[in-house]
Amino acid sequence: MAEKEYIYYPGCSLEGTAIEYEMSIRAVFKALGVTLKEPEDWSCCGSTPAHSVDHVFAGALAARNLAIVEKMGASTVVTACPACLSALKKAHKRMAASEAFKAEVNDLLDQPYHCGITAKSALQILFEDIGLEAVAAQVTTAFPDLKIAPYYGCITSRPPEVMEFDSPENPVSMDRLLEAAGFQVADFAFKVECCGAAFGVPKKEMVNKLSSKVLNMVLDAGANCASVCCQLCQQNLDLRQDQINATMGTSFDIPVIFFTQFLGLAYGYAPTELGLDKHNIKIDRLISTTMPIAEYRQQLEEAKSKKGKKAKAKEKEA
Amino acid sequence: MDPINLTDQVDHAFVEQVKKESGEDPYLCYQCGNCTAGCPYTEFFDYPVSQVMRLLQAGQKDTILTSHSVWLCATCETCTTRCPCEIDIAHIMDVLRIIARREGYVAEKDIKLFYDSFLNSLQRHGRVFEMGILMGYNLRSLNLFADADLGPKVLGKGKIHFAPTEIKGKKQVAKIFKKFQEKRSNRG
Repeated sequence: MAEKEYIYYPGCSLEGTAIEYEMSIRAVFKALGVTLKEPEDWSCCGSTPAHSVDHVFAGALAARNLAIVEKMGASTVVTACPACLSALKKAHKRMAASEAFKAEVNDLLDQPYHCGITAKSALQILFEDIGLEAVAAQVTTAFPDLKIAPYYGCITSRPPEVMEFDSPENPVSMDRLLEAAGFQVADFAFKVECCGAAFGVPKKEMVNKLSSKVLNMVLDAGANCASVCCQLCQQNLDLRQDQINATMGTSFDIPVIFFTQFLGLAYGYAPTELGLDKHNIKIDRLISTTMPIAEYRQQLEEAKSKKGKKAKAKEKEA
Repeated sequence: MDPINLTDQVDHAFVEQVKKESGEDPYLCYQCGNCTAGCPYTEFFDYPVSQVMRLLQAGQKDTILTSHSVWLCATCETCTTRCPCEIDIAHIMDVLRIIARREGYVAEKDIKLFYDSFLNSLQRHGRVFEMGILMGYNLRSLNLFADADLGPKVLGKGKIHFAPTEIKGKKQVAKIFKKFQEKRSNRG
């Protein structure tokens, strides 16, 4: 496979509480022959707190990073965190749409941004650039016990004019990637509902209530775990799951795993290499049964053709 | 909602200010309620988002800026995505929150305090230092043990750093804060 390289902006959480997202992204891209290069001396994108102060100010905090990427001669920057992605994309869009806004932002920066960078999510790169076929080609191991609810969170594909990826109401990219990697994916009604976002610290009860609705729907979908692409969703649903059970009187015990950790498992990485030991609700019991992927796919084919034969036999009888 | 006297209680200048700062036209809203129907936060809001839009059309500055709704909105973008009039409602809520902060209306002190702790960390280090934000928030909100139950779940997993990551360009980041504050105070 040809070596590909992307400029990759991790964002602050992936250095800390979401370190396992970082570990699994690096593992998966490495398996796919893709090198990720960090922009030198990147800073925080500003996230929600900055845009509650002022849009020029928030634009400058994000655009400082876009200017660094631009100076590296790249045209694309990849990030995993939807909040970073939204901040980078909004800053770019507003600057590209208005010369006055652009001038105001650049006035706050040492190094101006010239609007030459497209920010994309790691999910988008895997789905569109790498493609399902290449993602499927690296798979070695199947996990027949897992049934995954794909949870995208509120801003991964919304608003569509800004995020420019997948459907704003029924996104499917994560579903398709997991299926390509040999996982069973459930139909999930709460794909884009909000988990409570960044209010976990100041408004714990509100976040616990909203997250409990998402977890409830995971079970309702017949799934036994959830896949996420946002570290805030992961934190609210997993780290706070005991809090949810205490405040809401529930008894959830649902592993909530980054989609890149699932891909990494399918590629044969050990759970600890993907940071699966770092979650609150462990997934161990659901991944103890494994099977070589070829054998698993053959079984699925056979089950399918048996079903087909049965259906045909029924047709004949009728 | 109480009756509003539209003869002498309409702040037209406020409507114009929101229009200018957001670039959106609130008068396009015909009160279909689609935003409120999808809003995950509506059960916590004192005024549902469609009512905030109506209050805005009627220039009800004080009612809007003292509301909890403008602070409890998480910018999940559901309203913006579903508005049939293509109004960027989440952006209007953002602008209302910005104006509320600027003019000293803070109905949700803990949320503002959390945002301030975050920005304080960013200003000092160039990247946010998660442990520092929580400590800063807990001290200033006098809620010393907020989320202390989560401590044992993250310790020893390499998730929590006890010292901030200092970047080389932290002075450049601090300069963004400084220049922005200077510009704002010059404008008055």
